Amino acid sequence: MTALEFANKIKAKFGDLISEPVEFRGEISIQLADAEKIFEVCQFAKSIGSDYLVDICSVDNYGNDPRWTMVYHLRATVNGIEIRLKTDVSEEKSELPTVLPVWRTANWHEREIYDLMGIRFSGHPDLRRILMWEGYPYHPLRKDFPLAGKPTDLPGVAFTKVTPMEGGPFVTLPSSDDAIAREPRVRVPENAEPAVSDKRRIAK
Amino acid sequence: MATAQDISILDSAARAAQAVEDAADIHGEKMVLNMGPSHPATHGVLRIVLELDGEVITKADPDVGYLHRGDEKIAENMTYTQFIPYTDRLDYLAPLANNVAYALAVEKLLGVHDKLPPRCQYIRVMCCELARISSHLLGLGAFAMDTGAVTVFLLTFTEREKIYNLAEAASGARLTTSYTRIGGLMRDVPPDWCEQVKVFCDEFLVKLEETETLLTRNRIWVDRLRDLGVVSKQMAIDYGLSGPNLRGSGVDWDLRKNQPYLCYKDLEFDIPVGSVGDCYDRYLVRMEEMRQSVRILRQCLQKIPGGWTNEVKEPVSIADGKITLPSKTKVLSSMEELIHQFMLVTEGVNCPPGEVYFGHENPKGELGFYINSKGGGTPYRLKIRAPSFINLSILGELMPGCMISDVPVILGSLDFVMGESDR
Repeated sequence: MTALEFANKIKAKFGDLISEPVEFRGEISIQLADAEKIFEVCQFAKSIGSDYLVDICSVDNYGNDPRWTMVYHLRATVNGIEIRLKTDVSEEKSELPTVLPVWRTANWHEREIYDLMGIRFSGHPDLRRILMWEGYPYHPLRKDFPLAGKPTDLPGVAFTKVTPMEGGPFVTLPSSDDAIAREPRVRVPENAEPAVSDKRRIAK
Repeated sequence: MATAQDISILDSAARAAQAVEDAADIHGEKMVLNMGPSHPATHGVLRIVLELDGEVITKADPDVGYLHRGDEKIAENMTYTQFIPYTDRLDYLAPLANNVAYALAVEKLLGVHDKLPPRCQYIRVMCCELARISSHLLGLGAFAMDTGAVTVFLLTFTEREKIYNLAEAASGARLTTSYTRIGGLMRDVPPDWCEQVKVFCDEFLVKLEETETLLTRNRIWVDRLRDLGVVSKQMAIDYGLSGPNLRGSGVDWDLRKNQPYLCYKDLEFDIPVGSVGDCYDRYLVRMEEMRQSVRILRQCLQKIPGGWTNEVKEPVSIADGKITLPSKTKVLSSMEELIHQFMLVTEGVNCPPGEVYFGHENPKGELGFYINSKGGGTPYRLKIRAPSFINLSILGELMPGCMISDVPVILGSLDFVMGESDR
């Protein structure tokens, strides 16, 4: 079986919901018209061989409608057949069913997409942020998020004050006489015989 | 007459199960322990929130993202060539392999990935295999050190230094190599490089034997690794594991064999697979992969077009002015080359609209790049399928039931790197 036959099998099952397979650089892509059906399509694909979910990716078609494209890369480890399954999601909805029950690897992929792109997955048991921290207000992979970032409550510079140990007592200061004179720990008592380095300094 | 006698010591999984049973009738509070983000056994900045019942883990929640730099966002804002240095910083234990993976993905989009000059293909394969050895050596050294065998770390690091020297000789940098270019290589390898690789192969096999005598039949090592963190074949596929972690579970899947790229189909090598899927199997698979890498390197040394010194000047880049930079003398003397250079530098390699996915067998697993292009010199969307990220997602399933002391062993056997996981 080739990837094209595999894609046609899915098309035969779901009919008009699946577009004609498109080939580019030897890869077969099919487009699913209704994102709500993604779970059924994935379950069927798994039942006919695609036991390995390589990757899920989200694309932001900013300025176009529908705004989101979801890209699933499916693989059958038995015969190495790979297809790409794509589906569009509108911005108002920004939600589609999870495929977690089909492949457990989808868990972190979907969390990542929710985190970075802000698309929700209905039925996902644990939809939390994964790369950004909990409570971060934006979805940084969206096209309208500026590359330089946006201000947050966290301080931009971590250390703004003078470091507590600056100037001593165990820190030598630059541009003073010699290494011994610079060493703050070997200060001699005031009325004691001056050390060799101090004598040199007096002579100067 | 001496008789062989079996001594039955429960394996670690059974010991853990025993401990759970023993603790079952004691009612106490569960303790939550934060392991990481900066813990020596987490190989970077991984944080695992462990829920403990005594010393037994009842729940584990890995927390990643401390090293997130937004590589995918950065990629959308620069040309294809400019992104090459960022790939060094994905799996920073094998930058050469990342460079090759990314270059091949863009070349696939251009449609030239199977038209690369043969010498370029061989050098790239050698780089990938050196990177594999380097990555496995560090993984093994750190793994053994976390388990208590510090000597191994010293041995493997000595060998890694030699690979760094080779990377430096080829690319000029030890860590951030950026050795590939779209359509070829930055430059040919220096004339004595192949000789150095040969010397390395000979020395390395001796050291690998030495390392193996320290570990493979070491009672402590075997006891701590066997039957721990068992990943079944089904589970490995379901969780999308890749690389040695997938093969350790007995799945015979290696992109170098299953979807051959570069000149891998002309080379002979075996794919080691595990039988049980425990930490010990994953360790054995990595050990054997290093030997197979040496085997590949030696074949490459024999077959490399142009020979070791390349006196016949075999090209290492595609001779297409729209993909690779022309020579400087041509740029200074000819109008067409000048225009090509100007366009390549200012606008990047002009890729056709379309989308490709290319998966590369990296030391850590399948490093994939999905490129969505709308034409022009920058990707519209570039998704990195990071094997470490996906390999880590199984932790929550693998750890419950284990003891705290098993955590470094499981982490070491999964061999991940956070720079790649967090992107």
